[in-house]
This record gives sequence, C-alpha cells and structure tokens, in this order.
Amino acid sequence: MASNRAATVPPARPPGARRIPTFLRRFGMVAALALLMAAISFLSSAFLTVSNLLNIALQVSINAIIAAGMTFVILTAGIDLSVGSVLAFSGAIIAGVLAAGRPVLLAIVTGLVIGALLGLVDGIVITKGKVQPFIATLAMLTLARGMTLVYTDGRPITGLPDAFVWLGAGSVAGVPVPVIVMLLVFVVSYVILSQTPFGRYVYAIGGNEEAARLSGVNVLLDKTLVYVISGTLSAISAIIITARLNSAQPTAGVGYELDAIAAVVLGGTTLAGGEGSLWGTLLGAFIIGVLNNGLNLLNVSSFYQQVVKGIVILLAVLLDRRLR
Amino acid sequence: MRRMIPVILVGVLALVVTPLQAAGMRTIGLSISTLNNPFFVDLRDGAKAAAGRLKVDVVVLDAQNDSAKEANGIDDLIQKKVSLVIINPTDSDAIVPTVKKLNAAKIPVITVDRGASGGDVVAHIASDNVAGGAMAAAYVGKRLGGKGNVVMLEGIAGTSAARDRGKGFRDGLTKFPGIKIVASQTADFDRAKGLQVMENILQAQKKIDAVFTQNDEMALGAIQAIGAAKRDKEMFVVGFDAISDALTAVKAGKMAATIAQQPKEMGRLAVEAAVKILNKQAVPKFTPVPLKLITK
Repeated sequence: MASNRAATVPPARPPGARRIPTFLRRFGMVAALALLMAAISFLSSAFLTVSNLLNIALQVSINAIIAAGMTFVILTAGIDLSVGSVLAFSGAIIAGVLAAGRPVLLAIVTGLVIGALLGLVDGIVITKGKVQPFIATLAMLTLARGMTLVYTDGRPITGLPDAFVWLGAGSVAGVPVPVIVMLLVFVVSYVILSQTPFGRYVYAIGGNEEAARLSGVNVLLDKTLVYVISGTLSAISAIIITARLNSAQPTAGVGYELDAIAAVVLGGTTLAGGEGSLWGTLLGAFIIGVLNNGLNLLNVSSFYQQVVKGIVILLAVLLDRRLR
Repeated sequence: MRRMIPVILVGVLALVVTPLQAAGMRTIGLSISTLNNPFFVDLRDGAKAAAGRLKVDVVVLDAQNDSAKEANGIDDLIQKKVSLVIINPTDSDAIVPTVKKLNAAKIPVITVDRGASGGDVVAHIASDNVAGGAMAAAYVGKRLGGKGNVVMLEGIAGTSAARDRGKGFRDGLTKFPGIKIVASQTADFDRAKGLQVMENILQAQKKIDAVFTQNDEMALGAIQAIGAAKRDKEMFVVGFDAISDALTAVKAGKMAATIAQQPKEMGRLAVEAAVKILNKQAVPKFTPVPLKLITK
C-alpha cells in the first residue's frame, strides 16, 4: 500500500508525516460533531437522552450503510449515483416476494442478489465499457427507478409479515435491529478495507490507477467489485427501510445518493480517491443525522432548515480544513 | 313516385346531418394527463356524465403522462375545430405553448386539477386545498373538544398544496384557542420522511393529542413511528388525499380521517363551465371543487 500511495504524495514531503494529518482530520470531524451536539443539547432538553440517541442511530443507519458502500467507490476515485434507485428496486422486489407469501430469508437473499447484480452492471459498464462512473451510474439511477415504477405499477407494496417487519422495528437488548446491522456492516467493511489485499488495492487504485495496474493489481476486477459492494449495501438499506415503513415505496430513496456522498465527504474522504476512512464516513453520517434530529426537536421552520443545514455543513468542512 | 326518391333521400340526409352539424358546433375536447390513475378516470366519468346531461360531445384524449403526446393530441383537436378544450396538463410549464396555440386559434381553454403557467385560460377548476385544511382543523378541534397539543407535518416547502393546506389548517384552528400547534415540520410529502420526522417530534413532545399531515403518505409514515413508540392511544392522525392505503388505514382504525378530493365533481364542474362559456355566460376564473372528510 505504502509504495502505491507514495506515488500521489509530493516528493518534498516525508512519507511518515502522513500519519498526523490523518489523525487530525478525524479529530476535526469529532470536534464538529461534539460542538453540534453541545449546541443542540443546550437548546433542547429532549436531545441528550438515551432514547433520542438511539433514535438518531436508528435514523442514521440507512444513510450510513449506503455511505459505507459509497466510501469504497469514492476511495477508487469513482462515484455511485444509482444507490437510491437500486435501494428502491431491491426493496420493491423484496416486498413483492414477501407479498407473494414466500419465506423472509428468500426475499432477503433475492433483494441482496438484485442489489449486487445492479452494482455488477454498473461496474462492468465502467470498467469494460470504459464509461465514466458519473455517467454509468447516472444511467443506472434512471434505469433502476424506471424498473421500480414498472414493477410496482407506481403503487406501494404492502402486506409484509411480522417476522420481516421486526428487522426494521425490532430491537435486541434495547438496541434497534437496524443499528446492529449498521455496526456489523461497518466492522466487516473495516476489516475488508484494512486487513485484506483487496482493501489495499482499493486505496491504490484511487491513489494512482495506472501505478496500481503496473504493480500487478487487477484493476478491472477490483473496481467492478467496489460497485458490487455498493449495490449490495444499498440492498441492505432497502431491507431496513422496507421493514421500517412496512411497505415498499416506488419513490423510496430519491436523493439518497447526495446524503451518502455528503456523509463520505464530511468524513474526510476526498472525491479524488485514495484517501479516507470508513470511521470518518460513520461520523459524517452522524453529523447529518444529528442535524436533522436537532432541527426537528427545535421545531425550526422548514424554510430555515435548509439554510441551517447548508451553513453547518460548510462550517464543519471549514473546521476540518483548519485542523489539517 | 320515382321522382320522389331523390327528394326523400335529400330530406332524410338533411334530417340526419343537421343535428350532427349542430353537435359538431358543440364538441368539447378533454385532454387528460393519464387514464392510468383511478383519480383521472373518475374525472373523465364525471365530465362525460355532465356532457350527456347538457347534450354536448366530449372527445377524451389520454396523454399517458407525456407532455409531447398531450401537445400533439391537442393539435389534432385544433384541426378538428372543437369549440372548447378542457386540459388537465401533465406539466404546468410544458403546456404553455399549447395553450397559446389554442388562444391563437380562438378556442377557449379551461384547465382542471393542474393549472397552466402561462397563456390565456378562461377558467381553472381544482380542489380547494385551503378549505380542505380548514376541514381537517374543524375535525381535530371538535374531536379534541377545543383543547390539546397538535403536530403538523408539512409538504414540500414552497409547493402550493403545502401552502394552502397549511394555511387552511392554521386558520381553521384559530377558532379553537385551546389548541396549540406544538410542532410543525416538513416531511416532503414522503412516507419515509414522515416516519423519521415524526420519530424526532415524538422525542421532543411528551404530550401530543392529534397529528395533521398535509398528505396521506406522511400520515402513514407517522403512524409507523407512533406505533413503534407505543403512543398510538395518546393521539390520532388525520391525513389528506384519501389514497387507497390511507382508506385501508382509516377502515382499520389506525388513522382517524383523511380528506378526499372529488375528481367526479371536478369533471362535472369543468364541463358545466365549458357549456356556460359556449353560451357566452360569465364563469369565475377559479372554481374550487369541494372536498370530503372521510372517517371510519
């Protein structure tokens, strides 16, 4: 990994110096989140309670899981705009299988396979077809949304069994199931990204694709896999949102790609690829979730909400820059 | 007798053609955004029933939610020289050039449900969202006995439906000084957002007696949140639109009420306005279509 990443570092800078900025960068976002939480808890007594913090974690789970997949993609200097539509289509298929009276496990597996397949199509179009990720996944955004509308006939699919709804509404020892799923996704993704050769190749490809290829990385395969991961994680989010709403919505996931990208970028991963971390992404997702929750708790008018969101995101990124 | 045959034929022809021509003078075009939606099928049925009663012909076109198709269909109506066109636009902006074409051809235009952003429209017929909001307020106020904490979930900020339904609800509640809107937040007319925003509001508000959502999707999301928090005995939910999922929820007792638009009335009022215009009678620029409160 070090040799590949070194290719992107200006030669004047000693390689060892990179450790410290990484730490500070993470610290910057932790500081931003802490400041935000302090400010909201000062203004609302309902904020800093166990039930509300669990509530925030529950709400963050969907975006965070998608953003974990997005982190893989952005680390390779790619982008996946199709996540929201892939979520909608997998969700519709899952609900369709369930509504037909099939077992929950079959529905879940089918949904995950659909997500992975759509990601695979993205990946093949990008690598084999040599289409820019932005364009390829933009096409998939439209295509998967269209397929969702065709499949659902524009209507929600309802009538899901309780065993499935538990995945969204249930909890284990007081912790909501989606939060447990989110933590599992992050732990597994972290292990993949930091402990496996594939993880190192992801960073290498984003740092310098040509150098990675020349040093023997199977760039085509690894880049394709990254989109498969993103599609699969979108499908996991689809399971959660479908269970939470007790129905599959034809319009589910509209605009989710922007929330996911915001979480990744707030977490310090650069859109240029090669640099960033999953924990940063989780932090970024929590900043967005805390902000949404706080604005609701404080009953801020909907016109001002967008203004406040824009300002807080700008301040967080600026604070992050400062500390670098 | 032989000589009489042509005369008889001409006479018969005249008898047949005259009413046809008279009917041709009074043919109305009705261009509908999509007939793949029960709402608009009802609108068409209402229009056709009224046309039968008022003895006018209606040519119905289905634009299949395609603005280009709608424009082409109306071009054909202009070629047919219909007396008036009633448009339910697929898109308020995309329809403007077509409305201008009709203006140039001196064919009066009426819009239903959705308006046109430009051109000269004689009459617009649509649901009265302000009255619908007030209707929800009256129901909530009465059921709470004039006292309690109310939450409102708003639609997409800046849309006319959100503005009008919100205004009607707030104005309607002024009659009940004991009722307080403790939280009013946007959930973008979306079920997932309705769930999430309601979860947050439930954290902040320890006592809520009623929830009004500006559409049914948000209501159905809010109901999930309230159920998960086990607070469904504490409050009731009123939605808007009467979509089929909401009607099921109302029947099951999970939702207190919803406000229904009346597409059949919309179609009827549009054709009645059309006939008045053809008879050179005055019609108001905007005709609100009454709404209906639906409870169990």
